[in-house]
Amino acid sequence: MGAYLLRRLLNYLVLTFVGASVAYLLAAIALNPRSNYEGKHPTPPPAVITQMLNEKNLNPDTDVFVRYGHWLDGLAHGNFGTEVQGGSVGQDLARRVGVSTRLLLFATIIGAVGGVLLGAWNAVRQYRASDQISTLVSFLLISTPVFTLAILLKAVAIWINNATGTSFFQFDNEYDVTVTAFWPQLLSRAQHLVLPTISLALGEIAFLSRYQRSTMLDVLGSDFLRTARAKGLTRRQAIYKHGLRTAIIPVMTLLVYTTVLLFTGATFTETIFDWNGMGQWAVTSIQGNDTNAVAAVALFVAALVLIAGFLSEIAYAALDPRVRA
Amino acid sequence: MSALDATKEIDEAALASAPLGGGRGRLIVRRFVRNRLALFGLIVIVLLLMAAYLGPYLTHWQLTDIDFDNFQTGPSGSHWFGTTQTGQDMFLLTMRGAQKSLVIGLIGGPLTTAIAALVGSVAGYVGGWVDRILVWFIDVMLVMPSFLLLAILSPTFKGKTWLLFVVLLAAFAWMISARVIRSLTLTLKNREFVLAARYMGVSTPKIIIRHILPNMASLLIIDATIGVAVTVLGESGLSYFGFGIQPPDVSLGTLIGDGQQAVNTYPWLFMFPAGILIGIILAVNFVGDGLRDALDPNASGAKAKAKRKSAAGEGDELPGETVVEIAQ
Repeated sequence: MGAYLLRRLLNYLVLTFVGASVAYLLAAIALNPRSNYEGKHPTPPPAVITQMLNEKNLNPDTDVFVRYGHWLDGLAHGNFGTEVQGGSVGQDLARRVGVSTRLLLFATIIGAVGGVLLGAWNAVRQYRASDQISTLVSFLLISTPVFTLAILLKAVAIWINNATGTSFFQFDNEYDVTVTAFWPQLLSRAQHLVLPTISLALGEIAFLSRYQRSTMLDVLGSDFLRTARAKGLTRRQAIYKHGLRTAIIPVMTLLVYTTVLLFTGATFTETIFDWNGMGQWAVTSIQGNDTNAVAAVALFVAALVLIAGFLSEIAYAALDPRVRA
Repeated sequence: MSALDATKEIDEAALASAPLGGGRGRLIVRRFVRNRLALFGLIVIVLLLMAAYLGPYLTHWQLTDIDFDNFQTGPSGSHWFGTTQTGQDMFLLTMRGAQKSLVIGLIGGPLTTAIAALVGSVAGYVGGWVDRILVWFIDVMLVMPSFLLLAILSPTFKGKTWLLFVVLLAAFAWMISARVIRSLTLTLKNREFVLAARYMGVSTPKIIIRHILPNMASLLIIDATIGVAVTVLGESGLSYFGFGIQPPDVSLGTLIGDGQQAVNTYPWLFMFPAGILIGIILAVNFVGDGLRDALDPNASGAKAKAKRKSAAGEGDELPGETVVEIAQ
């Protein structure tokens, strides 16, 4: 099995490289960093602009493969290049990954655990009132795009804030920068986390619970569960110790993929709640015609897909003994 | 009563419950119609289509009309959905946006399934190095950051038709379905009717189109329906940022993006486009779920439903099917 995983890893690495390269080449061809300088007042002379662009490997007039070569050369030395504004792409990348992780940590845990439990519970109580209501609400949540949900939540929060006269819900960036003491800052961070976490977790709970419910329904009618009951286990023990573990296997692949790829789905949430994370960077780098930044984001996303695929295979092997050769 | 009479009674009862002049298609339609949510979804989609295309004829406002008396006013008798900051009629804009989103979805969904069916079936049936190349191609496309690439490419279709945008959307959404179709093709490849056709000398394309694809019709239909919802979601997400439909063209995504800042102060700028977008996706999801239950009643979740319905006495399934269900 080790050799198999190694081969898959090599395959993923090649694919990641190809994916990131295509993204760089497309960005290098389609984006025009020169427009950033031409919009300034007073406009620098063209020769100066060209020199500044050349320094950062952003000149659209250089042959695209020459720029690609420079970018690869930088990557080999761990240097992701320079941004249009002059900062280091690598530093920005590290900082923004941290921001995104802080945003997504609670949302993914709540979403995953909540989704699985809700789905299993609904399957056990199939067609009762709780199942019908959960199904309708899940459908509604799945059908609401993330950005619509986030904007609606923000509107409700503002309304509540105004109605109660307090400012309980905060939604501009991660925390209040004027607060420096440890506990008040922690509280401020928590307040700023509430809304983004809810908007991300709700969608994930709704989505996962549908899948978990259908796999759980399959398991509930199976023979081994009936045997467990015949052996003398209570209904609850049989379902949650034997049934859930089997029902979760197909959902696990989906779960790992969506968890890791939530980084990219948080694009809307980060933009609406003004968190300076990777998702927001994906949008601002394209709007700012910043080729090196776009390439870095693309590389990050491709690497995430690799990690997600790898993790889901390991998880599958861990949960399903039949796969282990 | 003698045994003969008893059997005759059972036969008559079974025959009476079989649908008259039915075929499989009629049965599927009947199952679909029985599912009230799915029927509701279908009606909503038809109503929205009618509203989107016929609605603009009901008001006298045009897209280029600017009502100088009514900047950013709420819903009223003359402006059913209110007006925007520049005096345009919100109802007209929303209906135009709904047109765009509906058409993009209804074209993009089946297009995605068509690409997936083509790649998946060819890879599965032909096998060999063609299969390996195609599978590797699927993996490469899966790794591509589709959102980023679509966003980068968006200025290039600024002047051209939005049809190009739909094709690009479909080009990044077909991969997972192609994998499923490929594995289904692999199982179908060795069935007797396919082997018979091959030994008779039927060419490969004909075999794929005439034998393999029709046997996975239910999967393809369900996939196309889900594809509609995914395409609408993808398009509205990109348009929200300004990466999809370009101004002055309008779609529900651009309207939501324009109206988001004013949710608490001028709610009609956001609520109507958002409500219609949610309505479209919800209706498509209901229809997709209903289709899945109607086309494949042996799928998970539907088993218990069928047993409950037949226990309640609504047995219009063919007698053979009931036997099969009990045997499961």
